Amino acid sequence: MAVTATDTHRAIDAVWRIESARIIAGLARIVRDVGIAEELAQDALVAALQQWPESGIPDNPGAWLMAAAKHRAIDMFRRNKRLERKHEELGRELQAQQEMAVTDFDAALDDDIGDDLLRLVFVSCHPVLSTEARVALTLRLLGGLTTEEIARAFLVPEPTIAQRIVRAKRTLAQEHVPFEIPRGGELAARLSSVLEVVYLVFNEGYSATSGGDWMRPALCEDALRLGRILAELASHEPEVHGLVALMEIQASRSRARVSSSGEPILLLDQNRAHWDQLLIRRGFAALDRAEKLGGMRGAYALQAAIAACHARALTPEATDWARIVALYEALAQLAPSPVVELNRAVAVAMAFGPAAGLEVVDGLTAEPSLKGYHLLPSVRGDLLKKLGRFDEARGEFERAASLTRNARERDLLLDRARTCEDN
Amino acid sequence: MRFMMMVKTAESNGAPPKELMDAMAKLTEDANKTGTMITSGGLAPMSMSTRVRLSRGQITTTDGPFTEAKEVVGGYAVFDLKSKQEAIEGAQRFMELHKKHWPGWEGETEIRQILGPEDFPPKA
Repeated sequence: MAVTATDTHRAIDAVWRIESARIIAGLARIVRDVGIAEELAQDALVAALQQWPESGIPDNPGAWLMAAAKHRAIDMFRRNKRLERKHEELGRELQAQQEMAVTDFDAALDDDIGDDLLRLVFVSCHPVLSTEARVALTLRLLGGLTTEEIARAFLVPEPTIAQRIVRAKRTLAQEHVPFEIPRGGELAARLSSVLEVVYLVFNEGYSATSGGDWMRPALCEDALRLGRILAELASHEPEVHGLVALMEIQASRSRARVSSSGEPILLLDQNRAHWDQLLIRRGFAALDRAEKLGGMRGAYALQAAIAACHARALTPEATDWARIVALYEALAQLAPSPVVELNRAVAVAMAFGPAAGLEVVDGLTAEPSLKGYHLLPSVRGDLLKKLGRFDEARGEFERAASLTRNARERDLLLDRARTCEDN
Repeated sequence: MRFMMMVKTAESNGAPPKELMDAMAKLTEDANKTGTMITSGGLAPMSMSTRVRLSRGQITTTDGPFTEAKEVVGGYAVFDLKSKQEAIEGAQRFMELHKKHWPGWEGETEIRQILGPEDFPPKA
């Protein structure tokens, strides 16, 4: 079969997705600017798109792209040097730095790329950037996603994402954010910023906050991939493994949580045979790593441990709810939040009966931050229904339905409201 | 998208040279670092395999080896990838290693997509 230009373009897409993060990371170390590094890598990609359909795909396409980007970087340094001769005010120090950079180029690119990737992660998730900018930049630079793919995933117009990325790169340059791995006291805060971005991407895929689909699996896969990369790059950080464990176990249920007609299926109603045992095993292994590193007090590891309780139970009845209650209590102590409290209420209801759960929920109804949160009336409705208070339950389900922005979830909630009428 | 890759070759090839084993170990390590490889494994020889077959209403059990099989699956790996092209790219790299470290070796890697929920779109 003849290799068509379309085939070649598809192959280039694949190579780009596999190699781009490493190329950008290696270049960023040299040019000390993530934006410029990405432009150089993009230029190399354009060259590949022009040349490969003619010349065929090289044996080692990643090395080809890296070499092409490297040539462009050297050209850029030379141009800048000429510029410097013309404008001496740019200073000798900078010139010396750049000359050294050119000499060090090969050595630097051959060095262990792992540290460069980790630097790239930390820069992309730098707190000078808004959360939205961090997400877009991370998916773009680390995930190898195109602007269009990111826009589609978050259901926003492509120019919005493009703008966000351009502005993020500009901010990083203006703020002189160093291309380095944070140390000491700064590390913990910066790491949590990275993990937050990854988990946000995962959650947007796992329970889409808006739109017609209950899940967008591609985003979950992107987040998992990022998380797994991170687990290798920062393997001594327990919370990284905690997050990976949480995502692997949550993702193991993807197949079971949507019906064939696209409706959400809640945890206790899922067919556990459809849970992906491969991902569950990976999740347990990651949790084990977190534990061995002494990380069982981390927020992600605790949530993963809760998810693991469900994964371990072969039937809903076999769930160790008392342990889940204890884990939520630990989580509430670490990071008190009304959402955690709401989850604890559900576990309490399962462990000690709906009345006990309702007591916890009723303590939350005045909570201002939960005012527009659809899961509060949804949980309350559930407990009221179990207690036989059907009229009140129906009202709560209807209220929950009016609060969710996800169409599939709204249908489910209205359905449950209707079942209360039958009683 | 999830893919299973199966490597098929004649069993008479014997054990792979150490250089290839090392190169494959490195490739596996890299695949782990990029978060794409979910699991992998090697299969015991066909002499240890057994087939349970249903034919014309009869279930029969036959022990290996099976003479008709020229090339048999010797190992597999499961990947989470964005596209089939990415799987092809990975399989090519895997075969390049064989080309480089095991002169004369012949065989193939078959790429099969493992279907997920996204492959069964909700009925409208």
